[in-house]
Amino acid sequence: MSDTAHPRVWRRPPVLIRDRRWRYAIYGGALVYLIAAVGSLEVNWVRVLEGLERGWRFIQGFLAPDFTTRWTDISQGLVESLTMTVTSTVVGVLISVPIGIGAARNIAPRAVYLVCRSIIAVSRALQEIIIAILFVAMFGFGPFAGFLTLSFATIGFLAKLLAEDIEDIDEAQAEAVRATGASWWQLVNYAIQPQVMPRLIGLSLYRLDINFRESAVIGIVGAGGIGATLNTAIDRYEFDSAGAILLIIIAIVMVAEYSSSYVRKWVQ
Amino acid sequence: MATAAEEKPVWRHRTTRAQLTLWAGWLCLVALFVYCWQVMTADTIWAFVADAPRQAADIGSRMFPPRWGYINELWLPLWDTINIATLGTLLGILFALPVAFMAARNTTPSVMFVRPVALFIIVASRSINSLIWALLLVSIIGPGVLAGIVAIGLRSIGFIAKLLYEAIEEIDETQVEAVTATGAGAAQVVDYAIVPQVLPAFFGISVFRWDINIRESTILGLVGAGGIGLQLQASLNVLAWPQVTLIFVVILATVVVSEWVSAKVRHAII
Repeated sequence: MSDTAHPRVWRRPPVLIRDRRWRYAIYGGALVYLIAAVGSLEVNWVRVLEGLERGWRFIQGFLAPDFTTRWTDISQGLVESLTMTVTSTVVGVLISVPIGIGAARNIAPRAVYLVCRSIIAVSRALQEIIIAILFVAMFGFGPFAGFLTLSFATIGFLAKLLAEDIEDIDEAQAEAVRATGASWWQLVNYAIQPQVMPRLIGLSLYRLDINFRESAVIGIVGAGGIGATLNTAIDRYEFDSAGAILLIIIAIVMVAEYSSSYVRKWVQ
Repeated sequence: MATAAEEKPVWRHRTTRAQLTLWAGWLCLVALFVYCWQVMTADTIWAFVADAPRQAADIGSRMFPPRWGYINELWLPLWDTINIATLGTLLGILFALPVAFMAARNTTPSVMFVRPVALFIIVASRSINSLIWALLLVSIIGPGVLAGIVAIGLRSIGFIAKLLYEAIEEIDETQVEAVTATGAGAAQVVDYAIVPQVLPAFFGISVFRWDINIRESTILGLVGAGGIGLQLQASLNVLAWPQVTLIFVVILATVVVSEWVSAKVRHAII
């Protein structure tokens, strides 16, 4: 820039990292890591080549899915997944509302705030599948363990977002309601609830969607649902049944996503 | 209600009709919940549920203290886990870039034919969890790290492509117009007008997905796709709970560190 003579050629400035030394150091480090990572891969190429034929059969199964042969298993898994999704979302939302209110800094006392925040942190740190393993060990196989897992996971997700939403409300309305001499309960009911309700409904629907997707996974460790059926189908190399199950999952997720985005628009 | 009209009108939040509709809605929800609960718990063995606190106490007492000496056998699986996440993210990015440009309304070659295909790829990749992809790939190309990498890559395509194509659709069109006015070709327009605008978003999305992928790759081993999950599965199978606790601790630490790194990097970029 200090050049007084006008440069005739424009060179694009480097992206993100301005300092040349840092740039070379980071690029070099990335390259070394990549070489080390790829070098430490142990791939049995013979096995992969053998598998390609099976992969082709899976693609065929996906294109020509077989819904009929295992229909009783599929429908049972689907019913388990769907009921698990609905019950766990309802219970999860019911539990996460008080925790979310408790975790909002502007309306909860300090001690309650800390307790609720730590509940949220624990629920968010553990992945669904790990919780599912523990719950299956405690409660036995079947959808009840899955229901508990999804409810527990819902608490962390919903309570955190609800608490952030309550912290972001328009304080003027809360102050106005407080000025009328309202108690704490009336404050929550008349100043906070109307402001966060549309978003709470939207988040609950979004979580319903996530819970269905997760219910397809936790069956792999024995927590019931369509995941167990899928696991069995793949273990038996019945790729046409597996393709059918995957297509059903994709279709339900699509329907859930579109209808929930529609409802969210309608609520707000 | 009839007497209320003669006296002072009382303020009410909703009209009677709205209130009734609301109640009907809640009633339907409760009925649905009860019905689903009945169906779900039809086969539940309540004796096991009643037994759960004892089981929990039993497992809890077996889990502590963790077997710290086992950590030396976890370094290599942990390295594998990080590689699965990183290489999987790179693989996902590689495929997500063209898909995103085909899905964005302003860069797609054809809104009628190419865009729906790209959108279907995004939905299919997004609605299937990486653990299910891993399950499939393990049965197709055999157990190992490669199945994990491909599974993570396939799941990442949808996520990265979706967020990226939304970013591409929201760019400032005047810059595109300005670059086009200089006589630039289509590739030059993409290179000089679109890419610089979406680059920060792209890096942010990639790092965010890498962070999620670390979290997901820790459990891929449960279905045989390599990484620390293999050790978890082996320990669970022999009911070696002290090892399981240690693996949980290691997974938790990895996830926290990767979240911290991703937050730092995203903060630096945006």
